[in-house]
Amino acid sequence: MTEKTKEVNFLKNHLVPKHELLSYNEAQELLKKFNVSLKQLPKIKQDDPAIKHLNAKRGSIIKITRKSPTAGIYFYYRVVI
Amino acid sequence: MTTIKIPKKIEDDFNKFCEEHKIKGSEKKKLHEKLKEIVKKSLFEPGEAIGVITAQSISEPATQMTMRSYTMASQAGRLAKVTFGLPRMVEIFDARKTFERAMKIYLKEEYNNKKDAKRIAEKIKERFVRDVVEKSSIDLLNMQLEFELSADADRDTIKSAIEKYAKSCNVSFRANKLYIKPEKAEIKDLRSLKNKILETHLSGIRNILKVAVVKDGEDWVIQTSGSNLRKILELPEIDIKRTYTNDMYEVEAVLGIEAARNLILNEASSTLGEQGLDVDIRHIMLISDLMTKDGKIRSVGRYGISGKKTSILAKANFEETLKHLTSASFKGLRDELRGAVENVMIGNVAPIGTGRVELIVDPKKLKKISGKKS
Repeated sequence: MTEKTKEVNFLKNHLVPKHELLSYNEAQELLKKFNVSLKQLPKIKQDDPAIKHLNAKRGSIIKITRKSPTAGIYFYYRVVI
Repeated sequence: MTTIKIPKKIEDDFNKFCEEHKIKGSEKKKLHEKLKEIVKKSLFEPGEAIGVITAQSISEPATQMTMRSYTMASQAGRLAKVTFGLPRMVEIFDARKTFERAMKIYLKEEYNNKKDAKRIAEKIKERFVRDVVEKSSIDLLNMQLEFELSADADRDTIKSAIEKYAKSCNVSFRANKLYIKPEKAEIKDLRSLKNKILETHLSGIRNILKVAVVKDGEDWVIQTSGSNLRKILELPEIDIKRTYTNDMYEVEAVLGIEAARNLILNEASSTLGEQGLDVDIRHIMLISDLMTKDGKIRSVGRYGISGKKTSILAKANFEETLKHLTSASFKGLRDELRGAVENVMIGNVAPIGTGRVELIVDPKKLKKISGKKS
């Protein structure tokens, strides 16, 4: 097993939620919807193990699908730094 | 008027309830409207000082936690020296780097039995040379070290473990003894060499100090003291999905910041839960979100979240008053007075609740309105 597939394999752990990369249009829509700037969003490192395989560029937005005991499923957004 | 979005869980529960009680059609619609109203009422209003509520909701029950409950050595299913209760809470929120680490290793289905679990547990346990040495001594006559090996010692692994010393020393096995003779050495050197060799890593996974096999429900679980998530996850027998460590920095490095956030949430709520304290999980969510906001873990204390405040007065109010005030006056910094703390300190209206909004009057429009009336 190569190093990369190994690391992706780790992400099956129950602690890791689903990470998705938003497209440029989706990102702009999101910023407009919540009336925020990129600076105000929570951050995630570019070399974070959970998004390494997504090859996200700096400034793009990661959509995280979190499970919650109170709300079921909700979305959280982090900007790549 | 914005439309209210009902959380998925509540929506699901509602649908389930309707199905159970055979509510359909217009009746269901009516009920749904009512549900919307309730959800709307339960929402927080803009400007609510949520942080203060969180702080109180967590710290009031925390006052009732056991203060010095450090070990529970002989309790079944628990290895010695796992911190819990109030000290554990402090560890979590301070994001300490040194604490009692522990792992819970689950196995894949085909290995989920006592025999395999014990075998794997033995395999991953870290062993040093000192674990296979029964007696060690310094032979002053020949200026060499003498180790008496135990019966189960594997010579090849020992040989490869101490290979880095082999260059300058003469390593030889005779009967059940291991002799190491440095080419040129003083007695002092011999002594330090002896200690170095005894502490050499021999087999197993680094930092896994103690192992115990426990039956947890249906599963055979290996509990360890000490943690090494990356190396454990690389083992083929491990169930990656459920394996768990309590080290948030390791989780951050191997699984990412979101996983670390979930770990903080789990650890904090289970620590509170163990003590029979019922704190709403949303409060702990708020803290764990804040701790991981910057893409890396930050503690709650003065080097973490409080230290990152923009306001000087708010920082000075928390800890190290003099340091912050003097450094601010040296640099000639300004306080914009935007936060809650600093405004309370100087007696202004704090930007909380109704204090958060400001009225801006357009004089032209005002004239229009007043003109119409008069």
